[in-house]
Amino acid sequence: MSKLFASLVALLSFAITAEAKETLTIYTYESFVSEWGPGAKIKASFEKTCDCTVEWLGLGDGVAALNRLKLEGANTKADLVLGLDTSLTAEAVATGLFGKHNVDKSLAKTPEAWTDDYFMPYDYAHFAVIYDTEKMKVPPKSLDELVNGDPTQKIVLEDPRSSTPGLGFLLWMKSVYGDKSADAWKKLQPRVLTFTPGWSEAYGLFTKGEVPMVLSYTTSPAYHEVAEKTSRFQAATFSEGHYLQIEVAGLIEASPEKALAQKFLAFMMTPGFQDFIPTNNWMLPAGETKDALPDAFGKVVKPVKTLLFTPDEVFKNRRAWMDEWLNTLSK
Amino acid sequence: MVEHLEQMSFQNIKITAALGFILGAVAFGFLPLLWLGFVNGFSGFDAYLPRVVGFTLKQAFLSTLFSLLIAIPVALAFARRQFWGRDALLKLFSVPLALPAIVAILGIVGVYGNNGAFGGLFSVYGLSGILLAHIFFNMPMAVRLLLTRLDAIPAENFRLGAQLGFTSPQVFRFIEWPQIASVIPGIASLIFLLCTASFAVVLILGGGPQATTLEVAIYQSLRVDFDPARASILALAQLAVCGVLVLIAGQFTRENSVFPRTLSKLRRFDGESALMRMLDIAAISIAALIILPPMVNILIAGITNIHVSDALLRATLTSLGVGLSAACISLLLGWVLADRAAQHATKALRAVIALACLAALIMPPAVLATGWFVILSPIADVSRYAVLLVIILNALMALPFVWSPLFPAIADARLRHDRLCASLGLSGFARLKLIDLPTLRKPLALGFLMAMIVSLGDLSAISLFGSAGFITLPSLIMAEMGHYRMDAAAGTALVLAALCFALITLAQYWSRSDDHA
Repeated sequence: MSKLFASLVALLSFAITAEAKETLTIYTYESFVSEWGPGAKIKASFEKTCDCTVEWLGLGDGVAALNRLKLEGANTKADLVLGLDTSLTAEAVATGLFGKHNVDKSLAKTPEAWTDDYFMPYDYAHFAVIYDTEKMKVPPKSLDELVNGDPTQKIVLEDPRSSTPGLGFLLWMKSVYGDKSADAWKKLQPRVLTFTPGWSEAYGLFTKGEVPMVLSYTTSPAYHEVAEKTSRFQAATFSEGHYLQIEVAGLIEASPEKALAQKFLAFMMTPGFQDFIPTNNWMLPAGETKDALPDAFGKVVKPVKTLLFTPDEVFKNRRAWMDEWLNTLSK
Repeated sequence: MVEHLEQMSFQNIKITAALGFILGAVAFGFLPLLWLGFVNGFSGFDAYLPRVVGFTLKQAFLSTLFSLLIAIPVALAFARRQFWGRDALLKLFSVPLALPAIVAILGIVGVYGNNGAFGGLFSVYGLSGILLAHIFFNMPMAVRLLLTRLDAIPAENFRLGAQLGFTSPQVFRFIEWPQIASVIPGIASLIFLLCTASFAVVLILGGGPQATTLEVAIYQSLRVDFDPARASILALAQLAVCGVLVLIAGQFTRENSVFPRTLSKLRRFDGESALMRMLDIAAISIAALIILPPMVNILIAGITNIHVSDALLRATLTSLGVGLSAACISLLLGWVLADRAAQHATKALRAVIALACLAALIMPPAVLATGWFVILSPIADVSRYAVLLVIILNALMALPFVWSPLFPAIADARLRHDRLCASLGLSGFARLKLIDLPTLRKPLALGFLMAMIVSLGDLSAISLFGSAGFITLPSLIMAEMGHYRMDAAAGTALVLAALCFALITLAQYWSRSDDHA
């Protein structure tokens, strides 16, 4: 009992420990800083280069981090936000809280040349349908084959209202079908087992054997290859191309630690940061790494075409597209 | 006389403080959002809203109905029968409450899903799946709550019934029903609110946006669209629907019937006919069939995947710390509220107390957390106090679980002991020690335990106030799943379930350790 009490006191007091050095407070998503995420390693790595302390604050996901920022407005404690993607950046810039990064944009190794003045990318991956080779011999070869295929072979998708990959798939459908995407959704609907609140629940159902297909990333097979030594789960290559997710970070203009935040963004493009991305965040690095990527990443599907709306297009249309999805499927 | 007045004013201070704390916390949560909604010109009355409200009510109503329809005969059967494994089964009945929704869903899907042992019997996706999951969570809880009332029936009643030659239906009609009828409206509103607030179950097993509840819509408007105007309209709709239902349920709450009681050992004379035996066996089997297969699935998935690591130990300690603190606060608040409601409270006061008890279930946690954040962030660094806020939110969410076993027991005890204590001049601490604690030991233990279990399994509070390094067992499960570690997550889920089972065993040992009966 006394041990429990002691740990409780420790729990309450760790929150109130004082800081001494310069502190860089970074808002990010939960899984970046969890036990297996790259957060702790990157913190240690950056702290070696500066006389400062990195303090992560993990919030649900990128959307939650941005909402926290909106609620706090100019009073925000954040010096930097890491973990938004390009569907959120226009909305983030519109808050007026972000400042320009002044980092050399040519350092970004993204599939398309990087042009954003406010955000720098740190990793990326294309969305992909992952299938179980033991259950599915002939995976769909295009989004159209997925939409029109056998409805007894189901897929689990994420709900775009609560999940970033969910929104990513909605944008994928939109970029392929345009005005006809409502019809395509209607056709796809019988194939969708369910829409889960997040990626984890969808992937959990998939690995539990509930469905032969799930929406995830082209990098997912690399995880199974590296960590589980199995090539059972593979990404289906779609002929229309794959929608891209690029994860970015940006600094808060009014932050007293703006110089330090700028230093972090520059550091982000170097091996000191990037080395921890592939096998901790399971995404492709958007900057220089020291060593070559593990072999499994070499096998990652290279899409014939990268699909990506500009941040402005997403910002302007997201609500309407989401409503269209909602109205099409809830009838 | 003076002492009596002092006693009264202390009572008033206690109840005012408790109500003030709860209603203040809820108001702080809701008012900022309402204000933001007002500033942005309330919007959101469209065709979507009635559809969402309709579905919310439908699934919550059906879930409540089925949970209770199963729970009542099961509780009656448990009260009548002693059999091998009865205690263990009852302990297992408390475990679903502690399981994060995704763990239970994976368990259910593992049994009834496409790849499950009983796959293909019916579709777990759609309304049937939602109902099954809600029954899995709520039916066993209802059984436990009903059983505490049935166990409180004095042995003399059954002896008298036997002397009068009561048949089983007559025992039910004249002895059992009056006891459980007083708590059914409370349990029904609790289940209804829990199902209204259900999020992951509705999204995952609902199968798509056609199954959207108010809770999901509020979440969407707060987080994805960041549209406080719409969120406040939806929250108002939720408040109206749930508030009205709670008040209606309160109208059906009956006065407790109190019987003189000796400490003679309970013996049941009824239910010996072959038919009654069959019915009881059937009831208990159905309940076991609903609860056990998913639990076995969780056990099998987890048993080979428990890796004792630093992260697991830390998360276990953190969960215990949060659970214990939340349960203490919840028990304190619940005791004060129940005690006041049991002392000739006016109808209005009783309604306020009932609403306060359920407030954190009526207001979605996402709304409360947003409001608290808006109020607190200009004065303090909220992330530093995340632990405290999670504890408070959990304590409020657990309040109805404390109330349910405690209130009827206190009402009984008050009726039985008040005059005696007054004539003996027994009050304050002396009364607490000599009269109240010994008689209320069991319901207090059960209330504390349920509050703790609810807090152990809660994920919503912690995901709303992010804070690095603050990881409970449910958030560890989510973190593991988020990093492809589905097997490790299954192991952690089993640890959580086992922890829960251990706590129940401990609490039962404690509440029985010097029982006279």
